[in-house]
Amino acid sequence: MLEIIDLHASVDDKPILKGLNLQIRPGEVHAIMGPNGSGKSTLSHVLAGRPGYDVRGSVRFNGQDLLDLAPEERAWAGLFLAFQYPVEIPGVSNTNFMRSALNQVRSHRGLPALEAGDFLKIMREKAGLVQLDPSFLSRPVNLGFSGGEKKRNEIFQMAMLDPQLAILDETDSGLDIDALRIVAEGVRKLRREDNSFLVITHYQRLLDHLRPDIVHVLMDGKIVRTGNDTLALELEEKGYDWLKAELA
Amino acid sequence: MRGDLTNPVPEVNEHSQEEVLLNQWAEQDYAFGFVSDIEQDIVPKGLNEEVIRWISARKEEPSWLLDWRLKAYRHWLSMPTPEWAHLEIPAIDFQDISYYAAPKAAAKLNSLDELDPEIKSTYDKLGIPLEEQLILAGVAVDAVLDSVSVVTTYKEKLAEKGIIFCSFSEAVREHPDLVRKHLGKVVPYTDNYYAALNSAVFSDGSFVYIPQGVRCPMELSTYFRINAAGTGQFERTLIVADDDAYVSYLEGCTAPKRDENQLHAAVVELVAMNRSEIRYATVQNWYPGDAQGIGGIYNFVTKRGLCQGLASKISWTQVETGSAITWKYPSVVLMGDRSTGEFYSVALAARAQQADTGTKMIHIGKNTTSRIVSKGISAGRGQNAYRGLVKVRETATNARNYSQCDSLLMGDRCGAHTYPYFEINCPDAQVEHEATTSKIEEDLLYYCQQRGLPTEEAIALIVNGYAKEVLDKLPMEFAVEARKLLAISLEGSVG
Repeated sequence: MLEIIDLHASVDDKPILKGLNLQIRPGEVHAIMGPNGSGKSTLSHVLAGRPGYDVRGSVRFNGQDLLDLAPEERAWAGLFLAFQYPVEIPGVSNTNFMRSALNQVRSHRGLPALEAGDFLKIMREKAGLVQLDPSFLSRPVNLGFSGGEKKRNEIFQMAMLDPQLAILDETDSGLDIDALRIVAEGVRKLRREDNSFLVITHYQRLLDHLRPDIVHVLMDGKIVRTGNDTLALELEEKGYDWLKAELA
Repeated sequence: MRGDLTNPVPEVNEHSQEEVLLNQWAEQDYAFGFVSDIEQDIVPKGLNEEVIRWISARKEEPSWLLDWRLKAYRHWLSMPTPEWAHLEIPAIDFQDISYYAAPKAAAKLNSLDELDPEIKSTYDKLGIPLEEQLILAGVAVDAVLDSVSVVTTYKEKLAEKGIIFCSFSEAVREHPDLVRKHLGKVVPYTDNYYAALNSAVFSDGSFVYIPQGVRCPMELSTYFRINAAGTGQFERTLIVADDDAYVSYLEGCTAPKRDENQLHAAVVELVAMNRSEIRYATVQNWYPGDAQGIGGIYNFVTKRGLCQGLASKISWTQVETGSAITWKYPSVVLMGDRSTGEFYSVALAARAQQADTGTKMIHIGKNTTSRIVSKGISAGRGQNAYRGLVKVRETATNARNYSQCDSLLMGDRCGAHTYPYFEINCPDAQVEHEATTSKIEEDLLYYCQQRGLPTEEAIALIVNGYAKEVLDKLPMEFAVEARKLLAISLEGSVG
């Protein structure tokens, strides 16, 4: 589904990703862990197409050259990024935002626009998935939401847009234990054989719920170790220093 | 009148990513720029007493009205052009304008069937449904093409309730006492340069009278259209709501694309008696000129409402997306005790447009309240100024005002300016003012794009969200139109 070969990215001539390789197949959940500044968030934004990066290398997404596509084209192709810091959109209700977004995505996937009634039904159902109170749907996007509510709103939007590959950029940071469980439950329910997840996180907690198939460690712009979920436990226990020492 | 609005393009330095993104838009054409081929009756260019006498005679006006026009004209001659606005207005040659243009066939019409098909097709192209669907929608329409009112729908139904909704010319003929009683009382011809000019040469417009205790059962609406070349449009609208009456009124405006600049100098007067309410909404989409500032309408308008009665209320809502230059300050004089004035505005200056717009709230009566919500949007090389006065006289005890002025900037070549004025002469007045300036952040666009929205749709969504508080004040069907208009006006304007 996703194949990244020798990916480099820099900002203002400062290299951040330095030859990253990664392959994700349908149905897999991958976790990327790594110390601060290792390039985890940069990877998610480079994949989503945020402007401002100087990018080299190859990223193929379902056969398409992802780096050639505008951010919205990547969304149409089935890529979703749950933001670490979701933005607020004053005056635009969640409902209105999602209707515009979903109809765009649907039309580019050859599906008809949804009737208002069908849309509302799907929206209520998906909001229930992350226990988002229906009152949030009529409120402006993320405006006045708490940190946890914003993160739940990201997972709600993900459920609405039904992506093939969802990247969760530190979705667990700033969540209390209950919110974490709700978010993880929501993601788990969305797992299918034909979609994949790339979960970026600092902590083991989220991975306890999600049970990733593959865990990678990102350090200094490269993936330095790949393993199964015992690798995450090892990191949780020992920190990153032992790995650094081992690599040196 | 051929003004040259071309400004030198400022040097653009390094573009941020946002600018590059915003600048990628292609130039979008003005959708209402067609010219209708209608036989016109046009008075030769030039302005003098003879022309004024000709217009007055043409309209078979009583002598008091001709006298009033001539007084206004003589006063106008003594006045300097206003220079205080944040606008670059090229010198206007008032002798190079024709002051009256009318479709030749526009005799008095009894039904829509008699309307010249070309005129009807003009309004069809504008998406103005003059007929059944409008009647079904419960909107009564007066349509003004160049200088004359072409047709007024739904008149009989309104007449049953004693409501008068007709062209200004007809009102002068049929209801001279009402017109004479109120004309120039809210905006005297001495008020300002363009009001004096309008008073001398005004041609047509709408007249509305709502009798005591009557709630107008439908939206009243006038569409103004400039069609003829080399002409100015000088309409005059007067709305009177008697005791305990209510009316909601909406005007829309468009004009053909031309390389010349055309002058539109209108006057609107509103009078609200005891406990009555007038809601007046404008969707102004006169031709804005091209991205280089060639052509477009000069929109120099005086609008003022008088809350004459106790607990009366006047509310202005405007969505200003068109015109090369806009100079307009819809105001409310709060004379009656406990009266309320409101001003809700969205003003957009894109391409090379200039806007200097705002309001005046004059508190005279006791316990009077006013509210100002202004949302400016600047894009392209647009210059947008909010100018607002809140004046509380000694007599206006316990006056309250709230003002909120927001500016949104798109790109790095446009400007936003805020000029709030306060003259508070009563110590217990409560006056609040809030102002913000913001840009459409790159991160906000990126977030929307990541959800699948293309740039233009994302910007339309963000801008409509920004203007929501004002758009919500419009009647539903016009709010939809205004949202589309904002989106279209911004397409291609940033670059």
